[in-house]
Amino acid sequence: MTYWKSFSDFLAMGGYALYVWGSYAVAAAVIGLELNALRRRRQRARAEGAQWRALHGSES
Amino acid sequence: MTPATTAPSEAAGRIHWFRYAAPQQFYPLAGKVLPCLWGLSALLAVAGLYVGLVLAPTDFQQGDSYRIIFIHVPAAWMSMLIYVVMAFWAGLGLVLNTRLSSMFATALAPTGALMTFIALWTGSLWGKPTWGTWWVWDARLTSELLLLFLYLGFMALQAASDDPRRADRAGAVVALVGVVNVPIIYFSVQWWNTLHQGSTINLTRAPSMATVMLWGLLLMVFAFWAYSIAAALHRVRSIILEREKGTEWVARLTETQ
Repeated sequence: MTYWKSFSDFLAMGGYALYVWGSYAVAAAVIGLELNALRRRRQRARAEGAQWRALHGSES
Repeated sequence: MTPATTAPSEAAGRIHWFRYAAPQQFYPLAGKVLPCLWGLSALLAVAGLYVGLVLAPTDFQQGDSYRIIFIHVPAAWMSMLIYVVMAFWAGLGLVLNTRLSSMFATALAPTGALMTFIALWTGSLWGKPTWGTWWVWDARLTSELLLLFLYLGFMALQAASDDPRRADRAGAVVALVGVVNVPIIYFSVQWWNTLHQGSTINLTRAPSMATVMLWGLLLMVFAFWAYSIAAALHRVRSIILEREKGTEWVARLTETQ
């Protein structure tokens, strides 16, 4: 079913391991950075919203 | 055509599309859709990676280095698509003066830049073993690099302005002027003599790639697409909270910390 004969063959990527895993690893890393940045931005936006309310009170 | 808020509801059960042009209405809608999109992108990515990395056979000419395609092509397509969509919303926000449209554009830019970077990076690593070089100044690579600069320029220009509406308008000009670069990227391999090869998949001919490989590629394209939409929606929600700070509904929303 799978193309590979063994897991070490899979890791070796036919000799192109540096290029293939270098691509996948960097892609995963920058996506991870984006996800983290998204989470932090939301946390900050919510905190600033709460802060505004604390400062200005509940006006209607 | 005015993007005004709700028309009087004479007919109950009619969908008021322009209702969602208001940030306050769009915010919860995006929130409802997000979990599905994240889940979908994760699922599609797992499936695509399994098909592409585990099931698909090796390539006769390139060996297993070709497997970079499952990241490179989805990222490259998204880098172009996101720019066009970003320019569309920025243009709409400029012409119709709708805040949310401009917020969409601002939300899309970082994800688009990310996709462009991934396309360039993975392309470079693919080029080294196959072409013998990390980089060449051919039409496609150069215009894709230009796309990255356009994204970064858009983001920098918006960050530089204190007034959000001025930032929206300035960014919109960059986005709209730069959109001419996207068809250049796309058609570059036809118009000029490039090192980058021509298209394997197009609208008129059958793809010249093995079926399993094609499946892996399509799964990854849709995974990247779902991811990009999710990331942009998540970001626009934060942007809405930032820009609508001081309104009653945001205050109510964020007090439950």
